[in-house]
Amino acid sequence: MYLYNEFDEKFVSNRVAQFRGQVEKRLDGSLTENEFKPLRLMNGLYLQLHAYMLRVAVPYGSLDSGKMRQLAYIADKWDRGYGHFTTRQNIQYNWPKLKDVPEILSALAEVEMHAIQTSGNTVRNVTSDHFAGAAADEIEDPRPTAELLRQWSTDHPEFQSLPRKFKIAVTGSESDRAVTKAHDIGLRMVRNQDGEPGFEVIIGGGLGRSPFVGKVLRDFLPKRELLPYIEAILHVYNLNGRRDNKYKARIKILVHEMGLDEVRAEVEKAFEVQKQFFEAPSDALIEGIEQYFKLPDLSPADAGAYQKAIADNPAFASFASTNVATHKNDDYGIVTISLKPIGGTPGDASSEQMRLVADLAEKYSYDEIRVSHEQNLILPHVKKSDIPALYEALKPAGLATANIGLISDIIACPGMDYCALATARSIPVAQEISTRFDELKLEHEIGPLKIKISGCINACGHHHVGHIGILGLDRAGVENYQITLGGDGTETMTLGERAGPGFSAEQLLPALERLIGAYLKLRDDEAETFLATYRRLGMEPFKAALYPDSDKKKAA
Amino acid sequence: MSVIVKDGQFTELPVEPAYVAYEPGKTGAVALDVASDTPATELVLATKSATIVRIDFPTSADGRGLSLARALRQQGYSGHLRARGHVLADQYPLALRCGFDDIEISEDHAKRQPEPQWLDAFGRVKDNYQSRLMHPLQPSPTVLADTAS
Repeated sequence: MYLYNEFDEKFVSNRVAQFRGQVEKRLDGSLTENEFKPLRLMNGLYLQLHAYMLRVAVPYGSLDSGKMRQLAYIADKWDRGYGHFTTRQNIQYNWPKLKDVPEILSALAEVEMHAIQTSGNTVRNVTSDHFAGAAADEIEDPRPTAELLRQWSTDHPEFQSLPRKFKIAVTGSESDRAVTKAHDIGLRMVRNQDGEPGFEVIIGGGLGRSPFVGKVLRDFLPKRELLPYIEAILHVYNLNGRRDNKYKARIKILVHEMGLDEVRAEVEKAFEVQKQFFEAPSDALIEGIEQYFKLPDLSPADAGAYQKAIADNPAFASFASTNVATHKNDDYGIVTISLKPIGGTPGDASSEQMRLVADLAEKYSYDEIRVSHEQNLILPHVKKSDIPALYEALKPAGLATANIGLISDIIACPGMDYCALATARSIPVAQEISTRFDELKLEHEIGPLKIKISGCINACGHHHVGHIGILGLDRAGVENYQITLGGDGTETMTLGERAGPGFSAEQLLPALERLIGAYLKLRDDEAETFLATYRRLGMEPFKAALYPDSDKKKAA
Repeated sequence: MSVIVKDGQFTELPVEPAYVAYEPGKTGAVALDVASDTPATELVLATKSATIVRIDFPTSADGRGLSLARALRQQGYSGHLRARGHVLADQYPLALRCGFDDIEISEDHAKRQPEPQWLDAFGRVKDNYQSRLMHPLQPSPTVLADTAS
């Protein structure tokens, strides 16, 4: 866990004091809501449908028990006893009172946390692989790079009034768990032929109303040149990005309209200038960051008890098969704690659950916790022999759902239940789907399947990259759900294809049942996933299942 | 009448230089007025002869002026650099850190955001992450102001 130095500490506490003054001015009326708006947005405070919403940054999704307990304390003291983990690896509180927000920020500062740059047209929280530092397929730990970028982007004088928000993700593994191709900038850590470390730089990806798969701007950028190169990209974007229409203001549109080659030429030109102003960060600075991300000294442990529990307990076996991922040390596992209980709200955690996870992280995972963009929590370093006990401890708290990567592990945006922009509900749809397929007892038979739900075209629920994507729209005052198929958010990123006309809220679940039924019949064998089957057969057979009546109409 | 914010304090606008609006390809102006959508590369050439450049901020959400200022400073412009228009007191430190010497705001703006807000913001210029990551190749705003006067 990165620890604040004196400078970080001072910076964050100054910011709290500054915002406290601004809130006082708002409350006594000397600032209007309009004037207050850009100031509160600099500190992660949104005005939502029913109340203010505070988005707290969890840099690259890393927490420890102390931070997690403080998040629970804040939920109890100033909110309604829960928090919502987001697709940006952050946590949101949905019911804070304006007068309390400075107190909340100062409680966060006590544990080295803040809400800076979690909103507004600026560089947002840098995200990363939630298995960073533990994954077996890792080339290099991406977190020191993410931390360097956090420092570089925080309060950057040139980039606080960009055309639009700007999102950066870093991954250090072959498997892309950070959706780098759907970011304004995606960085993949690679090595060149001489074995030097560097990045493949991907630009202009994004979802929203105009989805794009990111494109490679640079095959190989030496690691030490990262900051001037990123600085150059932002400089070119700030000057050339569109400002006439907020829906065309992201860098993906600039890349689309200007062309990748032209953008590359401009960036390279700016890079030549920027290189004179940056030395590669000093070794002392890099080492100062890296020291916090060392793999803990993992003691060897016999995995016999783990294998025995799998053999003896089918429920545990099922948990182990979905929620435990391969660790770089064979004696250990990466355990994902599902925040998607059947029929629950994806990503929500109560203060009691947060405190339990904090305790368990301390006991079993070297005090490390991660938040995933898929809205789950991760204990990255658990001895296999401890996993059965961990599972038993999670069960009574409703945290042992064995569904990671399965049909009920749904990403859903807050939708019309909270969000001012939403055109349809998302959370209730997710709840119905998970409840229904649980009743059918089909979940494990269906196997890996990602459903992602957005309640409006802004696509916060990432529906474009769901194997099954669901987009909730408003058709003359009635909710209407469009289905896309074949989306993929990994290193083989693909945008889903629209299947056809949308469904009403009542028709949606039966349509999904037909779709899944068709998949189960069409697949070669149990090993062929939904996505693989779709890729082999294409849209037609799935479309036929979704719209069984359309053939009859054609025939008539 | 405009107000100039310098070192966190309000000062009266000095004798107004005769600003010439930037035009593509035109060089030789001593006092140059620049819109926020001016291409940075061309601007660098046009400012070679200038002793003062005034960059417009049509709204507080338009950050292009910040990039223009940095581009000018990084490419060697050492004259006076003034931001004019909708720069909020909270954005003042950002403008200074991008190389501006002072800010020109309207009287109305100065009433809504009185001097103490600017002085307070001025105190936040020094401590920042970027000075730990970049060369201090930009002369500090104070040094520039001295040479310009």
